[in-house]
Amino acid sequence: MSVTTLSTHSVAARQPNWLVRLFDYKPFLIVMCLAPAIGLLSVFLTYPLGLGIWLAFTDTTIGRRGIYVGLENFQYLLTDSLWWNAVFYSVLYTAVATFGKFALGFWLALLLNNHFPFKSVLRAIILLPWIVPTVLSALAFWWIYDPQFSIISYLLVDVLHWRDSNIDFLGSPWPARFSLIAANIWRGIPFVAISLLAGLQTISPSLYEAAMLDGASAWQRFRYITFPMMMPILAIVMTFSIIFTFTDFQLVYAITRGGPGNSTHLLATLAFQRGIAGGELGEGAAIAVSMIPFLVFATLFSYFGLARRKWQQGESND
Amino acid sequence: MTDSVAQPAVADAKAAPDTMAWDSGLRRLMMIYLPLGCFVLILLFPFYWMAITSFKPNAELMNYKEHNPFWISSPTLAHIKHLLFNTAYPHWLWTTMLVAIGSTTLSLIASTLAAYAIERLRFRGSPYIGLGIYLAYLVPPSILFIPLATVVVQFGLFDSPLALILVYPTFLVPFCTWLLIGYFKSIPYELEECALVDGATRLQILRRITLPLAVPGLISAGIFSFTLSWNEFIYALAFIQSGANKTVPVAILTELVTGDVYQWGALMAGSLLGSLPVAIFYSLFVDYYVSSLTGAVKE
Repeated sequence: MSVTTLSTHSVAARQPNWLVRLFDYKPFLIVMCLAPAIGLLSVFLTYPLGLGIWLAFTDTTIGRRGIYVGLENFQYLLTDSLWWNAVFYSVLYTAVATFGKFALGFWLALLLNNHFPFKSVLRAIILLPWIVPTVLSALAFWWIYDPQFSIISYLLVDVLHWRDSNIDFLGSPWPARFSLIAANIWRGIPFVAISLLAGLQTISPSLYEAAMLDGASAWQRFRYITFPMMMPILAIVMTFSIIFTFTDFQLVYAITRGGPGNSTHLLATLAFQRGIAGGELGEGAAIAVSMIPFLVFATLFSYFGLARRKWQQGESND
Repeated sequence: MTDSVAQPAVADAKAAPDTMAWDSGLRRLMMIYLPLGCFVLILLFPFYWMAITSFKPNAELMNYKEHNPFWISSPTLAHIKHLLFNTAYPHWLWTTMLVAIGSTTLSLIASTLAAYAIERLRFRGSPYIGLGIYLAYLVPPSILFIPLATVVVQFGLFDSPLALILVYPTFLVPFCTWLLIGYFKSIPYELEECALVDGATRLQILRRITLPLAVPGLISAGIFSFTLSWNEFIYALAFIQSGANKTVPVAILTELVTGDVYQWGALMAGSLLGSLPVAIFYSLFVDYYVSSLTGAVKE
């Protein structure tokens, strides 16, 4: 080795610097690399998750350490009509909003999969509802749903003359429930559409050409090529969507705070109301823990979606 | 074999003209442009409404009979002025920015190292750690905020933006790690082997070879984390009490919504100003957003 070829790292390697050698020792390096991520996740995710489950079995309130009370919190919840209300609305909210998001999002993805001018600009614009902070767009919806100055009521009453009186969007239970679902669908469409568009673009055009040659109609091409090829990605996106719709908090908290008459409480908003605002940490934690079975179900759904993907593409899938 | 393929083709031959007609102008208009137009209109209307409300004087805001609600006759900056000079809005913006930048930096460092260890330093059990981090992404904040509130109090961080900087990585790190593992996978391993042969240490490889090649992934992860922390709501609502330390989404909802008569002009101006930073950020990095969004789903 001549002196001229010495670069900085070979100098470092030749010097018996114990620190450099220690950081080049693989097991040590692995531990050091994983430490920040694992540390953060254990302290602020795993530990709170366990603590939350423990709190659900105690009668802790803010400022007072609780004692173990067994299943008392859950037994109370089972007799609590507000909790049943929240379960009902959480399931309804998730089911209707997910269906709406995927029907409209899939449609939008199929539309975007065509060729037309300014496509990338349009794709960028469409993602906006998803980028903007949910609470802030929820405030815009709150204003759109205003009982007196709602722009939708204005359109229907004063412009189109379809109705005689303003719609009371948020004043009574059922309209409020569906108004929130509509806002959630509005917010969720872009994510679904753009993810599914990515999936659509991976389908080889030769499949469609072959089907066209065989005389398949547009519907048949969709039913027998697009849909089966999209199944894996649909399953993943849907799992995410279900998990985050079921545990949604911001939209409901911003627009109705669970009202009118507690009719639009989701489990998350009820947990917040009881746990943080009301100070009953144990009971709030029990409500939050009661969401877990639903989430486990959704994750299993994702797992079987992935399993199907392996089966479709042969055994050598990553 | 070929017979069975040819048979249905003959049988469905009459369907062929149908597919030819697909591209005719009117049909294209009805099937593609019209629905697309409706989608764009509905997806963008709330933003238009937000923007127009923030520049409308109160008189126009509350009177649809004499003023066309879809337009402004005499635009005003009164709402924005009120927001900037009569409320703590600039301070809220500053706190939000601080929290977003702090948590993004923290999670980028943690997840780069973790992704590198999982993908490149391969060791026994690395796939399981990867799976564990993936599962962490599926734990929603709604389950965690109550116990986390007690943890934050235990650490003496209640009501401090530092609590948010430390807590946000719980949802940022899994996402970024996942994204970066995908990027690291796409970098040829041979490059690192060459460097190893030349006597580079592992950290030098990471700094000189892997990271420069993963810059697009780092940008994607960074802007995504920034957006997610800017938008975060439930932790900020639960952990911050004093008006001055609140982030923009929480502050608008809890500090500006007062009494029974809502100041819609100021509320919408606040929403508009709070959305602008992410919207501008987004418009600069659209492609990174789309690639990280779709990349994360495909992984």
